[in-house]
Amino acid sequence: MRNIASLVFSAGLLFLLLVIGAELALGHPDMRVGAEYLRVAGPELGAANIVTAILVGYRGFDTLGELSILFAAATAASLVLGHRRADARRDPPGGLVLTAGADLLFPLLLVVGIFIVVHGHLTPGGGFQGGVILAAAFFVALLANPARTLNHALLGWIEGLAGAAFILIGLWALVEDGHFLTPLLPLGTMGELVSAGTLPLLSVAIGLKVGAELAGLLAHLADTEAPDR
Amino acid sequence: MIPLSLETVSYAGAIGLVVIGGLGLVICNHLFRMLLALAMAESGANLLLVLTGFRDGAIAPIIGYGPAGAPLVDPLPQVLVLTAIVIGVGVQALAVAVLVRVYRSYGTLDMRELRRRMEGEIAAAAGIAAPGSAQAPLGQRPLPPVPDYESVRRSAPVRERGA
Repeated sequence: MRNIASLVFSAGLLFLLLVIGAELALGHPDMRVGAEYLRVAGPELGAANIVTAILVGYRGFDTLGELSILFAAATAASLVLGHRRADARRDPPGGLVLTAGADLLFPLLLVVGIFIVVHGHLTPGGGFQGGVILAAAFFVALLANPARTLNHALLGWIEGLAGAAFILIGLWALVEDGHFLTPLLPLGTMGELVSAGTLPLLSVAIGLKVGAELAGLLAHLADTEAPDR
Repeated sequence: MIPLSLETVSYAGAIGLVVIGGLGLVICNHLFRMLLALAMAESGANLLLVLTGFRDGAIAPIIGYGPAGAPLVDPLPQVLVLTAIVIGVGVQALAVAVLVRVYRSYGTLDMRELRRRMEGEIAAAAGIAAPGSAQAPLGQRPLPPVPDYESVRRSAPVRERGA
């Protein structure tokens, strides 16, 4: 009975979404804000990647809120998971192939992550994407050998300092220009690594914060005690 | 009739993901499968949002990436979806943490089994009988079975008026 009701509900949802989708202007959307961003973002912010320009330049305050949501989720998760007993059973290491593969992957992931974070204003990517790859670099090693642990105190310091740097750059803009998180510094030549004012700095701060946050969260999840049974 | 093009197929796929995720959320009894269904519905919604910014023949919104003068897709949905993905990751991590906790406490993630054990635990803590369904077999109902008239009369004879 419940399954039939669920099926009917889903069929209704599907019909509704399809009807709405059929009404949408596929392929030629009515761009108003987007068109304005496309016109203005390049000359105003000097960043080639308009998505990063909007995320950090125009909607920096949203990004700050997003970072705090991620922080709240990570804090709540570690609160729920609790501490590990010293004598709890650990999973055995993953064997030669897995550990060697993880060791081989670690520098590559690190380089790719740093590249994506630093080039956030030029190529696809940015602080969030690169930060996730950085976290993965540390987490893969942890998966291959569960006896290894991450230094949570250091991760906490990196995360706190990166978050403070983001806010400090915003406050600096508030003092200098009168608006929180306004991009500062000369724009430079578009397409070069050192360009677009404070955008790359904010991007690096986001990358470090997200990377440290996710690495700590994943390490905490992997570190939870296995159930006794 | 809607023409069958790449955009239509992508749209249908994104909508399908949302619907499959929603269906999984209501049909599944296993908590981890519900979480997977939630993640699926979320990806479908994100895909749908990105697709609304698509323009015919447009390239990624990066200046100097494609041929000069080519139209760029709408960057705003991409920014919003980036936010949504990150928040989704946070929500899923928190949900997984809660699932780990539930599994450690009850040893199962099956919803029906969980409900039974939780209700039993609450009843034990309150010192009452575990609740059951009114449709359960005679001895397992929450209320004791209704006694028939004869047994009641034998155990406590009704005092006759005037006796």
